[in-house]
Amino acid sequence: MFEYDSVVMSRMLTSLTLAFHIIFATIGVGVPVMISIAEFIGIKKKDPHYTLLARRWTRGFTITVAVGVVTGTAIGLQLSLLWPSFMQIAGNVISLPLFLETFAFFFEAIFLGVYLYTWDRFKNPIFHWLLSLPVIIGSTMSAFFITTVNAFMNTPQGFDLEGRVITSIEPLAAMFNPATPTKVFHVISSSYMTSAAILATITAFIILMKKGSKYHKKALKLTVVATFIFSIMTALAGDLSAKFLAEHQPEKLAAGEWHFETEEGADLILFGTINENNEVENAIRIPKALSFLAHGDFNAEVTGLEETPEEERPPLWIHYMFDLMVGIGFFTLGITFLYLVFWKVKKWNEYNPLLLWGIASIGPLSMLAIEFGWIFAEVGRQPWILRGYMKVSEGATTSPHVDWMFVLFIALYTVLAIGCITVLRKMFKNNPAELELESRYPQVAATKEDD
Amino acid sequence: MNYELIGITVLWIFLYGYLIVASIDFGAGFFAYYAKLTKKDHIINQLISRYLSPVWEVTNVFFVFFFVGLVGFFPDMAYYFGQSLLVPGSIAIVLLAIRGSFYAFENYGSKDNHLYMFLYGATGLLIPASLSTALTISEGGFIEETANGVQLLYGKLLTSPYSWSVVFLAVVSVLYISSMFLTYYANRAGDKPALELVRKYALFWSSPTIIASLTTFIALSQQNLEHYQRAIELWWVFGISVGFFLIAVFLIYIGKYYGWAFIAVMFQFLFAFFGYGASHLPYLLRPFVTLSSGVTNETMAISLIIAFIAGLFLLIPSLVLLMRMFLFDADYVKGKK
Ligand code: HDD
Ligand code: HEM
Ligand code: HEM
Repeated sequence: MFEYDSVVMSRMLTSLTLAFHIIFATIGVGVPVMISIAEFIGIKKKDPHYTLLARRWTRGFTITVAVGVVTGTAIGLQLSLLWPSFMQIAGNVISLPLFLETFAFFFEAIFLGVYLYTWDRFKNPIFHWLLSLPVIIGSTMSAFFITTVNAFMNTPQGFDLEGRVITSIEPLAAMFNPATPTKVFHVISSSYMTSAAILATITAFIILMKKGSKYHKKALKLTVVATFIFSIMTALAGDLSAKFLAEHQPEKLAAGEWHFETEEGADLILFGTINENNEVENAIRIPKALSFLAHGDFNAEVTGLEETPEEERPPLWIHYMFDLMVGIGFFTLGITFLYLVFWKVKKWNEYNPLLLWGIASIGPLSMLAIEFGWIFAEVGRQPWILRGYMKVSEGATTSPHVDWMFVLFIALYTVLAIGCITVLRKMFKNNPAELELESRYPQVAATKEDD
Repeated sequence: MNYELIGITVLWIFLYGYLIVASIDFGAGFFAYYAKLTKKDHIINQLISRYLSPVWEVTNVFFVFFFVGLVGFFPDMAYYFGQSLLVPGSIAIVLLAIRGSFYAFENYGSKDNHLYMFLYGATGLLIPASLSTALTISEGGFIEETANGVQLLYGKLLTSPYSWSVVFLAVVSVLYISSMFLTYYANRAGDKPALELVRKYALFWSSPTIIASLTTFIALSQQNLEHYQRAIELWWVFGISVGFFLIAVFLIYIGKYYGWAFIAVMFQFLFAFFGYGASHLPYLLRPFVTLSSGVTNETMAISLIIAFIAGLFLLIPSLVLLMRMFLFDADYVKGKK
């Protein structure tokens, strides 16, 4: 491969674990919200279809949570194992939110256990629904806390560094650094959006394959509407994130947008390639749009990459990560909007196969957008691990065995992925919704009208 | 009391909590596999999965809490342990991951899968063994700091009698604690055949536990004389621990008051664990990190302690709720819910 280097290997192993964990973490943050909504509608409308929906989603969720927990434990330990010097310094300043996060986990884990095993224990189902709220609070709070840590790595503050000695520490200032508000908003909204989109994908797929029943049609409406709302929130949060970058981390935005010279009324560059003279070719240019994205004003000045010293510039390929993320965001928004139009206009059929195929694609695409977004955000911070204070190469372990650990973890994640998929397939294949509806709510299943 | 002492006490309490709840879980894995081999699985596996499935995530959080808190209160430990424990730490992660996913996957077929059951049983013994190396290393003599950073001396670790006696102690304690708990739980569930079986396990594993404790003590005197001497000064703490051990075994033997027997077990380990911890000080990791050299700055220490107290107000009521639903709700235990 390449010359042996524990820094490179540590980065690869960290990326591997995070890229895997983030899939399950995203589901862990968003799916409880969808479950809670479905259960609530089921109780309010006295419609067992929605209750069944919540039950079935919950059952799948137990599997993904488990993988989320074990991979989260892995990344938690790996942060110390792979980045000991970084954790030694950062631990002094940013351990508060990490510590608080464990309380959020605790809270979530306890109530998830109670929620899972108490479906039929209450006379009034609203009590069971109430139990879903602490689960949502716990998982969203854990996303909040961990995101403040990541925000801190981008815009560290709340301490003074004199040589290798840290003084004047303010834990709250470190936690609520300039990157925190936009990052938290964007991470949480994109988790909700992605989870809703994945559930929409599953439903659309079943309708396409087996001409789903009334149950599936209700599920499709719920998930697509939710995806639509959450993707508006995500786009809004993304726009705010770009404005944050323009102000506090201009080199990341400039590298992501291939914006080399500081200028007013800057164009937004979509895709394209770069030739050896650093000139952009084959791109679509939207006049002045970058100024708008960065400052909300078509004529504002946008800082170019030229103002960052050469050795502190992030790699330019993150441009594609940004474009793909934004592209997926608008595609999802478009498809879900189209569904709403088809549904409201009586003459049109919202179960048009082409539209359904579009919906079936948004789940995997959104998950890809999460991955692209993180790669953009993390690689865009290069070469820093703590922007302005510590480079990645200074933070890594010096242990010579990281390569073998990389192999070990690839094997582990392969086994977990296969296990997760096999179990989920078995779980739903052997017990389709129609059968479960009949056994749990025979009176509803008997009235088989179709609208 | 100064901040570092409060910090280490909080962490030690959580590690103690993990020791108890995780031992129940780890040991149960071994018994489940053993029962399958000896074709007695129909007797106890139902019992085990009713209790363990709802709580394994909580068990895991105890562990996460401990290591995140350790890095928070004592960031230097992240550096020394992080540098030296890459390989054993990664192996422990993999074992924990296999085990954690077992609970999620078990209801959907893996219970009949022989390989998976074997891994479930084996990880139950290997995880305590690998985690206990962190304690062994903290005694000093197993890592060195050179210009290249900190390194673990594998040769020394693998040939040290002390390190093996700690592993042995960890494994037998797990089996002892777990069987003691299952005895209590089987009795509550009114499950006579299961009770008879696990009670036998409990009696069987009690004597190795006390023997392993003694040999570890002796090995400690060779590994780290200073620590051994401080432990001897606290002889009465270990004496109380042995007293509780005798009470527990006696109650199980006469076959009465299983609840009290398990409480005695908890006290037995509480005293032993805190005696060990207290005599370990002032070093956290000999000779690199002491309590006062490794502690974080005062501001962070105070905010962590405040966070901890606030967190307890959240956790204790929720934990009580969980226990009332699964541990002390007689109908649930009996399998009627
Ligand atoms: C479903 C996923 C998804 C979608 C559709 C979008 N994003 Fe995003 N984006 C993320 C998921 C994401 C993320 C995974 O949540 C990131 C990675 C790191 C972070 O803070 O959030 C992110 C980061 C991120 C950043 C970097 C923030 C930073 O480093 O501080 C910017 C500027 C944007 N996004 C902008 C946008 C815009 C303008 C979008 C237009 C629709 C958009 N994103 C859609
Ligand atoms: C608190 C949260 C996070 C912390 C502390 C963190 C920390 C780190 C560290 C230490 C590295 C290695 C240094 C580097 O290459 O920049 C890294 C890289 C990376 N992280 Fe993050 N990360 C966080 C969140 C995430 C999440 C949730 C993802 C989701 C996938 C992610 C994706 C990546 C990727 C893809 C890389 C590799 C960058 C590269 O190839 O250079 N990060 N992160
Ligand atoms: C460096 C970054 C990260 C670290 C160190 C980390 C650590 C952890 C740990 C230790 C767990 C297991 C907790 C348990 O035992 O219950 C976990 C699970 C979880 N993590 Fe991460 N995490 C990281 C990134 C993220 C991000 C970026 C998000 C949210 C967007 C997230 C959301 C979650 C959630 C919701 C869970 C609970 C499991 C579930 O419900 O699926 N994590 N994480």
